[in-house]
Amino acid sequence: MGLDKNGIAQRIAQELQNGFYVNLGIGIPTLVANYIPKGIDVEFQSENGMLGMGPFPFEGEESADLINAGKQTITALPGAVFFDSATSFAMIRGQHVHLTVLGAMEVSDQGDIANWKIPGYMVKGMGGAMDLVASAKNIIVAMMHTNKKGESKLLRQCTLPLTGTKCVTKVVTDLAVLEITPKGFLLLERAPGVSVEQIKNATEGRLIIEGDVPEMKL
Amino acid sequence: MALNKVVANAEEAIRGIEDNMTVMFGGFGLSGIPENSIVALRKNGAKGLTCISNNAGVDGFGLGVLLETRQVKKMISSYVGENEEFERQMLSGELEVDLIPQGTLAERCRAAGAGIPAFYTPAGYGTEVALGKEVRWFNGKPHLLEQAFDASFAFVKAWKGDTAGNLVYKGTSRNFNHAMSMAGKVTVAEVEELVEVGELDPNEIHTPGIFIQRIYKGERFEKRIEQRTVRKKEA
Repeated sequence: MGLDKNGIAQRIAQELQNGFYVNLGIGIPTLVANYIPKGIDVEFQSENGMLGMGPFPFEGEESADLINAGKQTITALPGAVFFDSATSFAMIRGQHVHLTVLGAMEVSDQGDIANWKIPGYMVKGMGGAMDLVASAKNIIVAMMHTNKKGESKLLRQCTLPLTGTKCVTKVVTDLAVLEITPKGFLLLERAPGVSVEQIKNATEGRLIIEGDVPEMKL
Repeated sequence: MALNKVVANAEEAIRGIEDNMTVMFGGFGLSGIPENSIVALRKNGAKGLTCISNNAGVDGFGLGVLLETRQVKKMISSYVGENEEFERQMLSGELEVDLIPQGTLAERCRAAGAGIPAFYTPAGYGTEVALGKEVRWFNGKPHLLEQAFDASFAFVKAWKGDTAGNLVYKGTSRNFNHAMSMAGKVTVAEVEELVEVGELDPNEIHTPGIFIQRIYKGERFEKRIEQRTVRKKEA
């Protein structure tokens, strides 16, 4: 039931618009690059200092001097450019990047996001996530609707340390597409074969259902 | 005449390092880290260092080698995963760790080099990063006051450099190296290729030599890759 990670990425790719500069986070967001719709030109920004990021290199062509923000070896497309970290975050803070897609552990129905720390268990750091969520106008979260224990990740309030407040615009999960509104999660679309009831049961935060909720088209 | 910043080797380049200093290291992950200066610091044995670096290296490479010898008192970083010794020292309380947003880290370096003592940024508002920081609203949005770093040394790495300290980086290895080169009271650049002045095209220099006090050709560059990801060639 519901979408797999590639399905979530495929649905998010439908949000790409011609001419967008896009920053993709680690995990499901990275997969979005595999589903760019035909006729849409976008350029990927990697916050460690490049625009025009291409696919992984062929075996034997990888370089320690060419990595993405997840430290994976990558390639540069024609028209690519490298720059330093301060310039990179000027692009981000200055809102020159049109769309940010990132993963999350929790999202609240006011658009708060938690994705960098589990006290006493995981302390790796926020990397560029706090800068991205504080400044970007258009932030889509890609994640599973529930955690491994089956608990909702779409909450009334986040319980984990926050990455940013009132910043997420949309959430795409294995079950649904939801928009953050002042009154809570507005259910826009259901994943194929998923009922409104199932989404209700998996959502702890305030859920708004208006009329018939269409199924996603993938 | 162009100034000559060349020193013979890493040992000479780190001269003046003392216990308890605050020191910057360029690099993102293991890309563009000043490997040779790090090895020299390990041999030197200076202790109690506060290290400003986006990441903390891995076990046995990069800043990981200074963690092994307990030379680091405090790390200021944005992301510190993938290092078991780091995690052990942090959880046991041997190592102080200050995690800060990556863009704030970069800007605190840039500001230090640009004579800007502090600045406001929206990053971290409403999170634990904001604790104890002044909040001010601009254009209807809350911002945190962040201060420029104060570092005695900055260690950076470039692809090519000339004897006057002008630097050119390769690919994404530029990362924090440029802003940190501006920020150090003494900035030490290690390069893969050291050339005479006039050999680099002035139009294509990334870091002007004015920010560099010492430059040397690194003895050995391992340039380890942290996450080797490749695709297969279609037959």
